[in-house]
Amino acid sequence: MKRKSRRQFLAAAGGLALAAAVPSTVTAQLNRTPPNNMPQVIARLVGSAKVNQGRVKLGLPPLVENGHLVPLTVSVESPMTEADYVKAIHVFTDKNPLPEVISFYLGPRSGGATFSTRVRLADSEDVVAIAQMSDGSFWSERVHVIVTTAACLEEL
Amino acid sequence: MAVARINVPKTAQRGEIVEIRTLISHVMETGYRRDYLGKPLPRDIITGFTCTYNGAEICRAVFHPAISANPYLAFPLRVTDSGTVQFTWTGDNGFSQTESAAITVV
Repeated sequence: MKRKSRRQFLAAAGGLALAAAVPSTVTAQLNRTPPNNMPQVIARLVGSAKVNQGRVKLGLPPLVENGHLVPLTVSVESPMTEADYVKAIHVFTDKNPLPEVISFYLGPRSGGATFSTRVRLADSEDVVAIAQMSDGSFWSERVHVIVTTAACLEEL
Repeated sequence: MAVARINVPKTAQRGEIVEIRTLISHVMETGYRRDYLGKPLPRDIITGFTCTYNGAEICRAVFHPAISANPYLAFPLRVTDSGTVQFTWTGDNGFSQTESAAITVV
């Protein structure tokens, strides 16, 4: 068998190095998601108003086994009359790929300032619910949730 | 057509507050996952939900990818008159579906 020249050997080695570099570009793309910017998103929503603590009740299990399906209930203390009602309830998380979860808009015709849904949680993280009142004030509650099986991590 | 399940009581007292529950079958693909070849799966979610009662909007929701597959939403409704409650979901790739239920004041 003919022995390979130094040039051939180097060319082959270069090709191998290129092949090895491909998976790393794939992981770079996987990590391309911009970081969660929850504080900025909340600041953009609230503007110059102050966010008060209280009046909002955020119902979430403290320990979540399956992050794909987490029952979430938000209820806000409000008389829900024409003069005083909840305009919107927003839910945010601080470690999901996107901070926004749901925005629920309601008005005096609603039977009450509450809703339930099911959400995905990507990590053990803080969930924040912010209620926007008809008088322009904001109220919120922040809950920390421990997630054992995270959403968003699996490949098909 | 996606399968939508809505739970609205058939009859109610005037002024009564009833709970409405809705669920629609949808994958809610986040846009952050990849297939086994590493190709990104494009986002495909329901983005909007609206509930109207005799034509007047009761509530509206904006969904983001963090809403689980087969979005479920439950909320209260104050019954004022007999009429129809209509639900509309809209989403990516032109998704749109409308369901309605009748409610009678007794």
